[in-house]
Amino acid sequence: MTVLSPAREQAAAGSVLRRRRRPFAPYLLLLPTVAILLLALGYPLVWQFWTSTQKFGLAQQFGRPPQFVGMANYVQLFADPQTWAVVGRSIAFCLINAAITVVLGVLVALLMNAIGTISRLVLQVAMLLAWAMPVIASMTVWIWLFDWHRGVVNWLLTAAGLDFTNHNWLEQPLSFYFVATVIVVWMSVPFVAFSVYAGLTQISEEVMEAAALDGASPRQRFFAIILPMVRPVLMIVTLLQVIWDLRVFAQIKMLQDAGAPTASTDLLGTYIYRLGVGASDFGMASALSIFVLVLTVALSLFYVLHLMKEDS
Amino acid sequence: MRTQRRRFRPGRLAASLIAILVAAAWAFPVYWMLNSSLLPNTVLTSTTPRFWPWGGSLDNFAAVFAEGSFWPALGMSVAITLTTVVFCLLFAFLAALAISRFRFRGRASFVLAVLFIQMLPAEGLFIAQYKLMSSLSLLNTVTGVSILYVAAVVPFTIWMLRGFVAGVPIELEEAAMVDGLSRTQAFFRITFPLLAPGLVASGVYAFLQAWNEFTVALVILQKEEYRTLPLWLRGFVQASASRATDWGQVMAASTLVAVPVIIFFMIVQGRLTSGLVAGAVKG
Repeated sequence: MTVLSPAREQAAAGSVLRRRRRPFAPYLLLLPTVAILLLALGYPLVWQFWTSTQKFGLAQQFGRPPQFVGMANYVQLFADPQTWAVVGRSIAFCLINAAITVVLGVLVALLMNAIGTISRLVLQVAMLLAWAMPVIASMTVWIWLFDWHRGVVNWLLTAAGLDFTNHNWLEQPLSFYFVATVIVVWMSVPFVAFSVYAGLTQISEEVMEAAALDGASPRQRFFAIILPMVRPVLMIVTLLQVIWDLRVFAQIKMLQDAGAPTASTDLLGTYIYRLGVGASDFGMASALSIFVLVLTVALSLFYVLHLMKEDS
Repeated sequence: MRTQRRRFRPGRLAASLIAILVAAAWAFPVYWMLNSSLLPNTVLTSTTPRFWPWGGSLDNFAAVFAEGSFWPALGMSVAITLTTVVFCLLFAFLAALAISRFRFRGRASFVLAVLFIQMLPAEGLFIAQYKLMSSLSLLNTVTGVSILYVAAVVPFTIWMLRGFVAGVPIELEEAAMVDGLSRTQAFFRITFPLLAPGLVASGVYAFLQAWNEFTVALVILQKEEYRTLPLWLRGFVQASASRATDWGQVMAASTLVAVPVIIFFMIVQGRLTSGLVAGAVKG
């Protein structure tokens, strides 16, 4: 800003005083936000925690008062091998997807950085299209692409000499997760690619040229210059991917709806849905939800602290 | 600039070729959606897929419009999205003013809480939110879903708007007051126009979230006549598991849901990336 005139300085000082005299003003401004957060998230959180210590099954849905059982829901939940299967699958799915997404995202970002304006624009538009597609619309298209009867994927593989005529991709859990991974990676790569590309454009051309003149190989340049420079961005997008891939729900639910067996393909989100909405066991569903929340908050800690640091 | 200085190199040409191939692979599902939406079902169910929409028509779209269930779903989606955007912007704007224009006790904890809340997954709360809405008799209502959406979207919207509000120096407003405007006038004539791009970007963000949301809608809107567009689309996929689906119509339906989103998304993409990664949205 330009230098303030004395009159303006006075006004500035005046406004500070005015603010001091109305210390409740910011709280008034926050009131609507705090109210809706307490109603829509705060109350459900408390209720969920309370319910996770209750026996709240089908009988309670029809009016019988819930019964306090302490940690029994958690004990029962984690004594059940099915829970561990779901937790294990979710973590494996999340880590594998996040890893593939980040690696491919970085490769695409490097590609964007290495090519001319026109081909870069083409690549960016394609990435934006995939990123912009609503999840449910993407899912319907992918389910159509992988359709067992008339899907293009089966047709292409068959045309390439493999017999995939009427192959059902969703029947077997492994092949189900393969399809889910293809879809999740397809929709997540653009975000990583654009974020990392933004970081790459910050690296000065001179540094790269100097390194090349000094005889650094492309590989050395990547590990010694590019990677350290984009490391902060990379860490944040990786963390966000892990958090987002842990909570895939719409994708798994849609694939299940398209004809996959649910018990062997459930991840955390769909399992909670089945416990709560399907079996009406709110006690168990709440206990598992609390577990998911704790896991997410623990993972988010680093991200939130990073944002706070940027803020100050 | 620097691309023009460089000499032609074969490595660069190869990279460009790879880029075009990657672009084609990534855009293919979107292309396939459009292509299938234009083709009649007889072509889509033939053994060899048709890769170009030759002989296509808008019949699938006409069929979707005529079928009847599209319009109520569109109505629900529009009502919920508009309600969410309006309240979300209003609440977030007030909160952003508070945290960027005032220093007060609890400010830091509020910002921290907002950032954490933004990370809470709907997947970990929907059972409790279902119970809340059922006890408030707000299941299957626009109000019920909108309350949950505003709460889910408002934290990131505050985070986005905060950068814009902080970008308008308070001195500007005060200078206008010295020049004879009242505090309200100064705000609406000076600060508000400068905030307009921020409000548009945040509004589009809220729009995208509400328009695309699936999980909460699935739990709260269980009656068929109150479905939003994503739930309506899901209905087609569910039907495909048990009987032959008219994929042309499903793809036309997907196109109808996706096109407004793609257009709006292009507007906010840049800000969304920087907001998520750096948390600093430069206005």
